Amino acid sequence: MDSTKYILGIFDDPDEMMKGIDSLKEKGVSIYDVFTPMPIHGIENKLGIKESRLPIAAFIFGCIGLTAAFCMLYYMLVYDWPINIGGKPHFTAPNFVPICFEWTVLFSSFGMVFTYFYSNHLFPGRTPRVMDLRATNDRFVIAVNAKTNTQHDQIDSCLKEAGAVEIKHNDRKYVSYE
Amino acid sequence: MKDLNYNQQFEFSGKAKTYSLIAIAIGFVAIAFGILAGHTERTFANLLLMSYYFASVCMQGILFCAIQYVSQAGWSASVIRIPQAYAKVLPYAAFVLIAVITLGLLTNHTVVEEGKKIVEPYLYAHWATKGIVVKGSENYDAVIAAKSSYLNIPFFFARLIIFLGLYSIFGALLSRYSKNEDEVGGMANYNKSFKISAIFLVVFGFTTPLFAFDAIMSLEAHYYSTMFGWYNFAAMWVSGLAALTLITIILRQNGYMTWITDNHLHDLGKLVFAFSIFWTYVWFAQFLLTYYANIPEESVYFYKRWEPEFKPWFWLNIVLNFCAPVLLLMSRDAKRAATVLKYVCIVVLCGHWLDYYLMVMPGTVGAAGRGFGIEEIGIALGYVGLFTFLMLNALSKTSLVPKNHPFLEESLNHHI
Repeated sequence: MDSTKYILGIFDDPDEMMKGIDSLKEKGVSIYDVFTPMPIHGIENKLGIKESRLPIAAFIFGCIGLTAAFCMLYYMLVYDWPINIGGKPHFTAPNFVPICFEWTVLFSSFGMVFTYFYSNHLFPGRTPRVMDLRATNDRFVIAVNAKTNTQHDQIDSCLKEAGAVEIKHNDRKYVSYE
Repeated sequence: MKDLNYNQQFEFSGKAKTYSLIAIAIGFVAIAFGILAGHTERTFANLLLMSYYFASVCMQGILFCAIQYVSQAGWSASVIRIPQAYAKVLPYAAFVLIAVITLGLLTNHTVVEEGKKIVEPYLYAHWATKGIVVKGSENYDAVIAAKSSYLNIPFFFARLIIFLGLYSIFGALLSRYSKNEDEVGGMANYNKSFKISAIFLVVFGFTTPLFAFDAIMSLEAHYYSTMFGWYNFAAMWVSGLAALTLITIILRQNGYMTWITDNHLHDLGKLVFAFSIFWTYVWFAQFLLTYYANIPEESVYFYKRWEPEFKPWFWLNIVLNFCAPVLLLMSRDAKRAATVLKYVCIVVLCGHWLDYYLMVMPGTVGAAGRGFGIEEIGIALGYVGLFTFLMLNALSKTSLVPKNHPFLEESLNHHI
């Protein structure tokens, strides 16, 4: 039994990598993931990656921030300790706007950051998990799950034809930074 | 983009031409109706409003081009002919604005104020009434007299003519360089555009607040707000963007500019969305400071706009210019859907008409003479027709794509 877990096709040119994705898809090979050192236009559509739901999270956090700020102001300025400022009514909606606005921004931005960290399993002190070290530097990497796609020779030749500079058969999913 | 026709030109004929000419005719009928019905002051106020709006949108075209050149933006190269067409219309808009102001300022009518008969001009009566700065005159106003070294008729006209003339010259230069670029290619014209744009932005940035103070804020010359210039700048910028987006979508729906993709619309939509929020920000900053400080000569501005005749419009202004674009354009899909974007742009354009309405009307006709009827709608339609006619006419003179623009390829392959 072959112990290979993942096959990595390593490219030094993004266009060749895109060709590689196409020819693998033609052969019916499912792609596990693609790692690139820079964003590549159109790659999400090609890989069929679902649109991020981060904006929805941002909207919800913004609504929470708005509500929280309004409740706080209302409690302090109208309910708990009303003070007469310049003869204005205690519940002065225009004065509430800047703080409500700021809290909306604060909550949605922090909420987005934390949601992003959570969904990507990131937090301070976490050891980064990468499948190939040079994918963060100058190489474009296509990873194919070797357990579900069993025709390894075909995948190899396919990647080679597309212009891969190196093909790795890895027994472990991640490499460490040691 | 193999099938792109680099020489595609807009053909100005058929329905677009007929309808814009009909709209202009409606405008003239509305003016005649207003004067015959005895609403001369209201007619002048509407003419000033729409002339100012018209000139602002044309100025925005030059500003848009200049910003694209200075920031060396790539995405906009394929739509830049439209703001260039605005820029070519600015001389006409400037002429119309100055003509309306001249007529309004130099023709007088008699009004009865607090039992006193006063002969005052139709526009800018607040500071241009005869004798208002002469000590001992029954019209004497000490506040206006103190401002008269700046706010007097010759200097007022000089400023208007210099500002609008300067903007027109810059606009003409930018569109000429772009035309030369089409003919000879190379980077020389682009570099010249870059330089002239940088100078223009400095001139424009310092003079538009003054332009807004003169044309609109001086209708109520006792009131002053340093935010007013930026408030008008925001209104000008967002209404121009909405017009640009609307024209792009309509042209694409009629088979022109097929290279405009959802990505370009997305960018335009983002600008309309973002600058609607910016407009609200500036509007609110002005309102909140006035509300909070409650200084009489500042508060009177909002006091007038909170009279029962204006208050519903005052809130509708926020609904149209803030709530509508923010809620309707918030999602990515909405910005990429041409139909949604189109209707939001129409709402924003109407909203900014209302915004200008609230700037102009309380200071001219006041709550008593306020109206929303044949004059308002007819004159607005007339100016829309005039703008469409002149803009499309200018657009049809050159190809719809600047074929030697150095960033054209980037713009055609724009993807976000």
